[in-house]
Amino acid sequence: MRTLKKRGGAVAVAACVVLTLAACGDSSIDDETEANEERAEELGDCGEINMAINPWDGYRASAYVIGTVAEQELGCTVNYKDLKEDVSWQGFGTGEVDVIIEDWGHPDLEKKFFEGEGDGSAMDFGPNGNVGIIGWFVPPWLAEEHPEVLDWEGLNEFASEFETSESGGKGQFLGSDPSFVQFDEAIVSNLGLDFEVVFSGSEAASISAFEKAEENKEFVIGYWWEPHYFNAEVPMQRVALPPYEEGCQDDPAKVACDYPETPLKKIVSTSWVDEGGPGVEAIQNFEWTNEDQNLVAKYIAVDKMSPEDAAAQWIEDNPDKVEAWLPTS
Amino acid sequence: MTATLAPAPPEPDAPPPEEPVARRGLPRWAWALIVIGVWVVVYAFTKGQDTLVLPGREHTDLHDTLTGFRDDVLASRDSNPIIQLTYAVGERFVAVVEWVQTLISVPDFPRPVPQVGWLGVTAVAAWVGLALAGWRIALLVAASFVSFGFFGYWSDAMDLLIVTFVAVAVSVLVGMPLAIWLGTTRNRYVLAAINTTLDILQTMPTFVYLLPIVLFVGIGPSGAVACTLLYSLPPIIRIAGHGIRGVSTTTLEATDSAGQTRWQRLLKVQLPMARRTIVVGLNQTIMAALAMATLAAYVNGPGLGKPVLAALQSRDVGGGFVPGMLIVVMAVMLDRTTTAASEAPEKRIRDGADPKIRRIVLGVTGALALVAVYLSREQIDLARFPENDVRRTVADGVNDLVDWFTDTFGGLTGGFKDVISYGLLNPLESLLAESPWYVVAVAILALSAVLGGVRALLPTVICLAGLWYFDLWHDAMVTLNMTLVGTILVMALALVLGVWMARRPRVDLVLRPVLDAGQTIPPFVYLIPILGLFEATRFTAIVAGVIYAAPVAIKLVADGIKGVSPATLEASRATGSTTWQEITKVQLPMARGSLVLAANQGLLYVLSMAVIGGMVGAGALGYDVVLGFSRSEEWGKGAAAGISIVLLGILIDRICRAAAHRDPVTHDPSKRPWWRAASI
Repeated sequence: MRTLKKRGGAVAVAACVVLTLAACGDSSIDDETEANEERAEELGDCGEINMAINPWDGYRASAYVIGTVAEQELGCTVNYKDLKEDVSWQGFGTGEVDVIIEDWGHPDLEKKFFEGEGDGSAMDFGPNGNVGIIGWFVPPWLAEEHPEVLDWEGLNEFASEFETSESGGKGQFLGSDPSFVQFDEAIVSNLGLDFEVVFSGSEAASISAFEKAEENKEFVIGYWWEPHYFNAEVPMQRVALPPYEEGCQDDPAKVACDYPETPLKKIVSTSWVDEGGPGVEAIQNFEWTNEDQNLVAKYIAVDKMSPEDAAAQWIEDNPDKVEAWLPTS
Repeated sequence: MTATLAPAPPEPDAPPPEEPVARRGLPRWAWALIVIGVWVVVYAFTKGQDTLVLPGREHTDLHDTLTGFRDDVLASRDSNPIIQLTYAVGERFVAVVEWVQTLISVPDFPRPVPQVGWLGVTAVAAWVGLALAGWRIALLVAASFVSFGFFGYWSDAMDLLIVTFVAVAVSVLVGMPLAIWLGTTRNRYVLAAINTTLDILQTMPTFVYLLPIVLFVGIGPSGAVACTLLYSLPPIIRIAGHGIRGVSTTTLEATDSAGQTRWQRLLKVQLPMARRTIVVGLNQTIMAALAMATLAAYVNGPGLGKPVLAALQSRDVGGGFVPGMLIVVMAVMLDRTTTAASEAPEKRIRDGADPKIRRIVLGVTGALALVAVYLSREQIDLARFPENDVRRTVADGVNDLVDWFTDTFGGLTGGFKDVISYGLLNPLESLLAESPWYVVAVAILALSAVLGGVRALLPTVICLAGLWYFDLWHDAMVTLNMTLVGTILVMALALVLGVWMARRPRVDLVLRPVLDAGQTIPPFVYLIPILGLFEATRFTAIVAGVIYAAPVAIKLVADGIKGVSPATLEASRATGSTTWQEITKVQLPMARGSLVLAANQGLLYVLSMAVIGGMVGAGALGYDVVLGFSRSEEWGKGAAAGISIVLLGILIDRICRAAAHRDPVTHDPSKRPWWRAASI
């Protein structure tokens, strides 16, 4: 019987708590429901946008900015889907993905999914305004102290300085996340550099290495790119390789030149475009600069804002740029 | 894949001693040392020849063939009946998950909130806890649910619960019949086939089957449920099957003599008598399902894995720590609930609880829960958890702490990394990966024969041949080396902490929850801090593996030592032995079985972190798997790397178990490691 009493007591306490809590909130669920319905009616049916979120902050910046615009200004429903590139492309054909907002070039996937050779489920939707600059980079302190390393011909002289426990007696070149196009193993061997490519395996690991090297003035050289918010914190310096020429990267084994500048583009689902609507137009109109993206990416990664808040902040600060993306009709 | 069975062509002039069976006279370890000695000598002369190196971004014709297979499946997905079927199943998963989501986790448009708010869900969950396992569990459940909301991850936590429950429900539906089959069949071949399949499923890096799953069932909830399902299926089949098989034959004979049918025997005797073990299986299945959560986030699986992964990308350690700890909270909650629920009916009978009172209490509390549900549908604050800054405050605190730690100890840890790398990792890697491949193959074969006897030879030959066939020999050796070094560190920790825990109950009390957390917290949470300490290196990968593997090994060692009979200890104390002698001469030797099991588990757990290692600079097979997952044209290489990891795992497991005489290679589940057989 004692346990019953105890339980009865607990129940009574719980009931009191519930009732007190109930008394303090005022019923606004119905109001919000009504407001939602009204807004949906007013904006008309924009439909859904399934936006792939590829795993880097710059991408998230672009995706959430145009996504938020589509949601707030056009009343679209935007579903953000965390996916790597390869999986994203597979989703075009099944209707699971409509938009990849930042594509760095995937010839193999284009062959599979573009009209022509592939099944036609995906299409190129034009540049998004960002320009990808891939290359070999060193931290700023190193560029300043030993400017010779800014040219590939000066690298061998310092090879031993770049040595680590991982590089087997040679200088270490830090390769990057497997997702990216990388020819560094070929470049190293074809230019006769006394280096060994060690893959960091992820963007996060590369950033950690660069950050630490700058802080402790350690030698490090690796695969890096722009646009990236990290460059605002630690302005990584590019090392000159033999300049890129058309076709010099065609045979992966013989590459001995720098990476080309890549205009980043939007890739979208063909069937989604066929359906049309204001969301499609907005995505087509979307274009911004590397500085824009770096700023929003910094909000997310450095200031730890949620992607939604970061996007809202930028949209508020840049009404004219946003205006240009909205459908004219 | 039959070609994997092709034997490795032995080189006629390859060296090591071809006297595999240990002769009486010299102990086995001496023979092993001789083999290694000869190996080192041969290595000195042949170093760098035929090492089968394949650069990081190159692949072979075999890999292209595998990629081609994937491409064909992909190209045929609109007409392929199998894919049509699996997609239909996947859509069912999506329908179920999305329906429950609008019920408890995401706003059900045009409502700004789900149909039932946090208070209602919490109340109902607590009531279920009360009904299943008593008021303590009800409190635990309520506190856990409130913490999900309090830390600002209500809908992610609900999503994870939903996916887990859907996957576990299907696991039970599919797994129980298989478990019954496994538990009742007398056919050796069926047993061997089921067990080998389960072995492969459990050793296969989860990354490897994420992509095929997406191909067959799609992205999002369907992919998440499917991969969680696949990962959580083996424990219930294994453990429940073991329980059913374990029902004593005398009981069966006695009831058989009463003339029961096979159905009666199953339903009235075998299943009820195996109930407790079956619940343990269910428990392990739920834990496995939660462990998949972060990886499922890679294919847009809903749940707490998403914020963990997002935090990894922005290197926000604290931001990942909070949802990571909530996964631990959920795991503890589900673990304690299922365990208590399985004991509750007996406990009630033992306590002589009055069923009538129980009914009244449940009725009243149930009514209260319904009131809570009603209120949470009406009041915004009871529907949507009031916002607060706790999440960010905790996250920032963790970030500050980690920054301070990294800045203060970064130099020290870097030095430690260098000592281990130059002193142990590099020389051993050179021996394994820079010897000609056939020398390594013969040496491993000789070692397995010396340590494990003839029994270990066949699996070793098959696995080595497979490694050779899949064209990633060099990477496999580098991964093997990291696994071995990681296991050495794991065992060092396990011996020190395990002995300490076994001898001091208070230490045990403090350490156990930490170990539980270490086992359940997603590795992505601690990757960034250890990257800060040890940079992008193989050692970072090893540390991640050690953190993941050490808890299991420590627990096994502690439990093994605790199992040494007190009488033996008394006897040794009576002879006046010191504490040191007591540990080294009595406790450790007597717990030898547990030590071997701990080493075996340590090896497999460290190996299972190989893929994560690939993301933090370890390269080798782990990198290849991530590469295959990331770049369409490298899919085949990733698949080959995944298979190679499985082969390494089976190789290690078979040699270890053959080596531990008392634990011969067997398909008897009671002789298997705990996570495959029964709980510790």
